[in-house]
Amino acid sequence: MTEWFYASAIGVFTACGVWLVMRARTFDVVLGLAIFSYAVNMFIFVMGRLSYGAPAILSPGAPATLAHYADPLPQALVLTAIVISFAMTALVLALALKGRFVNGGDACDAEDETIVEELPR
Amino acid sequence: MMPAPDHWLVVPIVLPMLAAALLLLVERIRPAWQAPVSLAATVALAALAFRLVALADTDRIGVYLLGNWQAPFGIVLVLDRLAALMLSLTAVIALASLAAALRLAGRGPHFHAFFQLQLAGLNGAFLTGDVFNLFVFFEVLLIASYALLLHHAAGRTLRVGLHYVVINLIGASLFLIAASLLYGVAGTLNFADLAIKLPALPDWDAGLARAAALLLLVVFGIKAALLPLGFWLPATYGATSGPVAALFAIMTKVGIYAIVRVSFTVFGGSDSWLAGWGQPALFALGLLTIAFGAMGALATKRLIALVSYLVLISSGTLIAASTLGQAALGGALYYLVHTTLAVASLFLIAHAIADQRGPRTDRFGSGPQLVQPTLLGLLFLIGAIAAAGLPPLSGFVGKVLMLQGSGQAPFAAWFWAGVLGSGLLATFALARAGGSVFWKTQGEAVGLPMPIGDRTALAVLAIAGLFWIAGAGSAARYTSATAQQLAQPRVYANAVLGYAPVPPEAASAP
Repeated sequence: MTEWFYASAIGVFTACGVWLVMRARTFDVVLGLAIFSYAVNMFIFVMGRLSYGAPAILSPGAPATLAHYADPLPQALVLTAIVISFAMTALVLALALKGRFVNGGDACDAEDETIVEELPR
Repeated sequence: MMPAPDHWLVVPIVLPMLAAALLLLVERIRPAWQAPVSLAATVALAALAFRLVALADTDRIGVYLLGNWQAPFGIVLVLDRLAALMLSLTAVIALASLAAALRLAGRGPHFHAFFQLQLAGLNGAFLTGDVFNLFVFFEVLLIASYALLLHHAAGRTLRVGLHYVVINLIGASLFLIAASLLYGVAGTLNFADLAIKLPALPDWDAGLARAAALLLLVVFGIKAALLPLGFWLPATYGATSGPVAALFAIMTKVGIYAIVRVSFTVFGGSDSWLAGWGQPALFALGLLTIAFGAMGALATKRLIALVSYLVLISSGTLIAASTLGQAALGGALYYLVHTTLAVASLFLIAHAIADQRGPRTDRFGSGPQLVQPTLLGLLFLIGAIAAAGLPPLSGFVGKVLMLQGSGQAPFAAWFWAGVLGSGLLATFALARAGGSVFWKTQGEAVGLPMPIGDRTALAVLAIAGLFWIAGAGSAARYTSATAQQLAQPRVYANAVLGYAPVPPEAASAP
């Protein structure tokens, strides 16, 4: 059951993220990227397989076989991925804010100028 | 007696990182010292890169275990012929770009620090021996490239920059999915270990690994500006300054490097079900990219956009050639160096021309008289000959090597048509551009003469280009040996996995 919920959550996050990324406004795109990166992080995490109450490092109580431990590598990878996506989201937000004040709107479609809406400054 | 680990392998990453940190400090305390420090670090990097080429030329695959962990478990840096070639190409382009950028660096904060971080990311991507660190170094070089692209930017550049950032972030997410999928099925991310474990996968997992392989190709296709993924390139390269565009000439080559590395070193085992996976698609997309680039070059009305479309043509050519067998790959690697140098110089020349045309900038049509029509005209002529791959420059040698090498491949005729046709169309487009910019003039000269930094940069690129054509024999031998080395992923895997860490007693000895 947990697997089913977990997989569905990744799917829903991915769908929302992709849909938002394809919209023509910077705010939606940034939001979409953030949600998509949640889906990606969950996916990385689950690639070490779901396990319950298993430690990731050797502990005195548990026997030293793989069956008693969670895979620590995806946990390390997902930490790196979270930090990077966090930094990148901050960068895009800074860019989007500056673009909003310089270009006077948060439309991010370079070709179609008609959708640029003037926002209050 | 164990040989001591070769610490030089890690220096191309550590040196620019330290230089970046130092430059942030220098910027505060002694702003005038930034340029000398940055130049010194880049020159040292170039010297080191050439030393590493000499090391790789002995056919020994250099391995460096970070933290002394045995290969598939720890982080590993690997220096083979391909990595050494890309390192030295990066260093040459960086030297030229930095020389030209010195006059712009003061217009915004931290330019030199970002520049060095960019080099650290590039060098790391070429040296790393596992998929996840390839991702990390991609992010390092991308975040620095965002900063360089948008350095002292405003208005339209910001919006174009946002597109570039967003498409690369989506690429990064797909890269993570592909990397974790590979880890999920194979339990490793090390190139060498993957090369051994992937062929042995059961059928069901093999399907997932195929999906991961294709996702990786999509990600690297974004970087290399392969056709359906490369529409960001002309706008991005057209929006930034000349020196940065010249540095970015190496950025699409990172994508091509990654495609070659993954297709050969990881998926290339001859007995593997993955061998040749995705190659037909890459070949077709490469040809389509050539066609798109050629049409764009003919259609565009701006000189700098024209050069960007030439980047697309060269990307398509290199990717198509890399799928046509070992001899064609050797030729493609020779051509890769040439085309990077040619495109970098053309970006500098195009920006120098735009600077002398007042408000007309790089748009075709009659504009003011250039201040230095003869100098720029000659430079443009040489750059155009180089970029179109005409004799007597090395682009011609590269094309001949690729075409000769592709002889036996089944669809070689299409490749011949693509290479020769795109050369012809690029020549047309460049001739039209030159005629429009140099001959249709009205009014007095308004601009300033070409700055000394740009001349130095072009001299650096010209010397490298001359070396590449004068030493074409040994250069082609090196690239063909590189292709041969890439065709033997087992040798790579054995070198990496068989490399023993320093034993504890030796490590703890003073």
